[in-house]
Amino acid sequence: MKKLNNLVIVGNGMVGYKMCEKLIEKKVQDEYNIIVFGGEARPAYDRVHLSEYFSGKSAEDLLMAPANWYKENGITLYLNDPVVKIDREKKTIISSKGQSISYSKLVLATGSSCFIPSIPGIEKDGVIAYRTIEDLDDIKSYAAKSKKGVVIGGGLLGLEAAKALMDLGLETHVVEFAPRLMPRQLDEKGAIMLKEKIESLNISIHLNKNTKSIDGEGKVTKMVFADGSELETDMIVVSAGIKPRDELARESGLEVGPRGGIVVNDLLQTTDPDIYSIGESALYKGMIYGLVAPGYEMADVVANSLAGGSKTFAPYDMSTKLKLIGVDVASFGDPFCSEQEHQHIVYEDKTKGIYKRVNISSCGNYLLGGVLVGDAKDYNMLLQTYKNAIILPPTPEDLILGPRGGAESVGSGVLSLPDAALICSCENVTKGDICSAVTYNNLEDVAGIKKCTKAGTGCGGCVPMLNDLLTATLKASGKEVNKVLCEHFGYSRQEVLAIIKSTGIKTYDELLAKYGSGDGCEVCKPAVASMLASTWNEMILSQDTIQDTNDRFLANIQKGGTYSVVPRIPGGEITPEKLIAIGVIAKKYDLYCKITGGQRIDLFGARVDELPLIWEELIEAGFESGHAYGKSLRTVKSCVGSTWCRFGLHDSVTFAIEIEERYKGLRAPHKLKSAVSGCVRECAEAQGKDFGIIATDKGWNLYVCGNGGAKPQHAKLLASDIDKETCIKYIDRFLMFYIRTAEPLNRTSTWLNKLEGGIEYLKDVIVNDSLGIGEQLEMEMQYMVDTYKCEWKDVVEDPSKRKRFTHFVNSTIADPTIKFQAMRDQKKPVEWGA
Amino acid sequence: MQVTSIETTKWVLVAKEEDVPANGGSCVMYKNEQIAIFNFKKRDEWYATQNMCPHKKQMILSRGMIGDKECEPKVACPYHKKNFSLKTGENLNGEEYSIKTYPIKVEAGNVYIGGLE
Ligand SMILES: Cc1cc2nc3c(=O)[nH]c(=O)nc-3n(C[C@H](O)[C@H](O)[C@H](O)COP(=O)(O)OP(=O)(O)OC[C@H]3O[C@@H](n4cnc5c(N)ncnc54)[C@H](O)[C@@H]3O)c2cc1C
Ligand code: SF4
Ligand code: SF4
Ligand code: FES
Repeated sequence: MKKLNNLVIVGNGMVGYKMCEKLIEKKVQDEYNIIVFGGEARPAYDRVHLSEYFSGKSAEDLLMAPANWYKENGITLYLNDPVVKIDREKKTIISSKGQSISYSKLVLATGSSCFIPSIPGIEKDGVIAYRTIEDLDDIKSYAAKSKKGVVIGGGLLGLEAAKALMDLGLETHVVEFAPRLMPRQLDEKGAIMLKEKIESLNISIHLNKNTKSIDGEGKVTKMVFADGSELETDMIVVSAGIKPRDELARESGLEVGPRGGIVVNDLLQTTDPDIYSIGESALYKGMIYGLVAPGYEMADVVANSLAGGSKTFAPYDMSTKLKLIGVDVASFGDPFCSEQEHQHIVYEDKTKGIYKRVNISSCGNYLLGGVLVGDAKDYNMLLQTYKNAIILPPTPEDLILGPRGGAESVGSGVLSLPDAALICSCENVTKGDICSAVTYNNLEDVAGIKKCTKAGTGCGGCVPMLNDLLTATLKASGKEVNKVLCEHFGYSRQEVLAIIKSTGIKTYDELLAKYGSGDGCEVCKPAVASMLASTWNEMILSQDTIQDTNDRFLANIQKGGTYSVVPRIPGGEITPEKLIAIGVIAKKYDLYCKITGGQRIDLFGARVDELPLIWEELIEAGFESGHAYGKSLRTVKSCVGSTWCRFGLHDSVTFAIEIEERYKGLRAPHKLKSAVSGCVRECAEAQGKDFGIIATDKGWNLYVCGNGGAKPQHAKLLASDIDKETCIKYIDRFLMFYIRTAEPLNRTSTWLNKLEGGIEYLKDVIVNDSLGIGEQLEMEMQYMVDTYKCEWKDVVEDPSKRKRFTHFVNSTIADPTIKFQAMRDQKKPVEWGA
Repeated sequence: MQVTSIETTKWVLVAKEEDVPANGGSCVMYKNEQIAIFNFKKRDEWYATQNMCPHKKQMILSRGMIGDKECEPKVACPYHKKNFSLKTGENLNGEEYSIKTYPIKVEAGNVYIGGLE
């Protein structure tokens, strides 16, 4: 198909990119050849998160879309080739590389540049703007040879730049012309609180400073101010506002504002109706919108009109929240209300550094605006209340103080917002859109909302609100609310497990690459390791670096850097020969011996290099790993039962051994303990275990979700008077259901306490098979049982795994800092340092 | 921050690349100093820090899990999960102590540490 009309977009910044996305969405490329000219060397990137370039994000990570995205969508993209001339007569543009291309429609998305004040000396080396990746590269390399840096400008961006300089290790100063920080967003008191907070980060603030000159031989060495004071510095970052890039428009005779910006109408047309301007270059009703959200809205309006629609642009809310780590600042609506009658409520806590102010209409019904410093968690809700003109409660102070009478908190009122409330202003998504997506697409997490509705994919400011809406909507429909694993996975444990099962992913690295972000941490790594283990049952040391140190060295780390070793003694039954073997080995390696609460023997004080040697001998003597180091089945304790005890009803020891052999090594969200008692006298304390069995005269009673430990809880009766087979069937189902649905590090007791419907629901699932998954759970468990291998045997027999058990990789000596002292004829580690 | 004066740094060969597991750490001894070296494969970066966790003075950090906190590469001590930046050595839980970091480089499969006396 031949396309006749060229649509040329000048500028490939955030808004220029969004324009392309909207055009594709509206299928405008069927009618136009889309040609984009970018002035920078790389495709559009996320300027909003530019500072993250300093904290580890690469230029690649920041890209809005890779170069081939444009190609795949039929868009021609010329980079590093700014447009230098528009010939409106011939409807042609000319680029710096000499390309001449005709257009039928032209969009100017040229953005803005840093406003550089005309101070004598501003051209010196070491004075750098804060706008592009190249600027950041310059700052980074200049900072490497500097000790001290000054930011000119104490506004939103200036403070962000200051934080970046500080993170680069410089002594950091901020110079602001106005008498307070963020003069456009904060009132006096809020600004004072912010100043204190920022100063506590070790950034010096200089207010009321009018820079008269920048001195130095070729490169900057000091600044001189109008009041006669001076400030020495090695470099200066300029962030004193923005200057719309309207030079092309100006030269081609389009109307521009007196202080810059390309004048546009409600359709965002310039004075030439075939030429549009959007983003930070456009001047709408005397206003430049220096934020992404209105820019994106502009892109939508133009795409809409090119597709034949009649949508128009309207004045946009400029509320903002600062992204500085460690300092919460937000301002919304009219923060000052200096020109309208109003009442305001102020909350100030100097010791905690919190200042909040809300402005309320004189009738007391509406919120007009406000300022939050030090604690901005109410920002989203306040913003919505303001934007949707929601009638305030009779006690409006609750808005910032929180309810004090035990009533529902204001934050939980998200559902009371009107459906039309705009939650994500970057992508224009309303509360109604989000809630119906959650309900009709069965979404269970924020990642799903992002995918379905695009909400939260722009500046990300609305994500907490998305979370609240999700929670509230799910709660309202009676569903359980999921929790994400950590900052690297936007999924709950249950969802990650489902992903692992459905995709067949077997390694952490692959899972992180496909479904996570960042580099992982000590929360998600072992959690995922546990899920992989309870799904595929592969040897955990094949991915040793994602295991907790206990799992990595298959032993329990103890004070002083040595480990303890626990061989499995099923049911607590042991022959004299095996007892002797343990004694001999303990003696040989000089290990401290103690009987555990789970009827086993714990051997303490083994150095990491001794572990394989000790295990080699234990295995030789017929022992297996006891998994005392893992979040897995520990021990099944038993009383002596009917074989010896005069009260005993059944053989509790045999059953305990059978159960321990069946579930040994099973990885779970947390450790699992069990016990079997031979009669109601309960000598094995089965009702304090994750699952416990007590003999009755008709069979066995099965109890679940009990706990000793820090929060003792009695186990609940799941089934009574059942035979052994049924008992094992129920335990299979119960354990697998727990593994499937619990959050990481939740013992069965905690899990049950959170389970909606409690023990009755659990009984329904396990005993009545109400979800119809009983057989599947049993099959999954049988797989685990069939694939069990002793982890220690695997290591002892594998020289490459054994090699990992050393303290130094460049020396065979043991850690010389390990020290013991004597106590009651055995040893103990020396007390650790404070 | 980058190391600027490469020429003046003395580099000591401490290990082979394969001695350090991908995305994990190992411990090396130099004179009487115990140094934890980390092969942060995920970021294609190497880091070196003191092996002692300053919290309870345990020689352990090389066995800690590495990862990131808001993009800052870090190691978590196995004992009480205190987090330290691998770049600056700063404690990331807001506590006062910090750990020493060393320049590190890998060339032709050899791992070198700089800044040692
Ligand atoms: C550090 C920083 C932090 C920010 N934080 C936030 C925030 O938290 N929230 C928020 O809403 N906003 C924030 N902003 C503002 C936001 O980034 C801008 O509003 C947004 O990038 C504007 O997009 P744009 O496409 O209009 O302009 P730009 O992103 O500036 O893109 C314009 C592009 O056009 C190119 N260009 C110019 N002239 C020509 C030409 N003649 N030919 C070809 N190409 C040309 C330029 O090189 C540039 O690449 C921040 C900005 C910075 C610098
Ligand atoms: S629980 Fe009953 S059978 Fe077991 S030891 Fe105690 S009294 Fe004997
Ligand atoms: S109760 Fe505390 S001190 Fe005792 S073994 Fe358990 S964790 Fe250690
Ligand atoms: S010893 Fe490292 S965190 Fe306690």
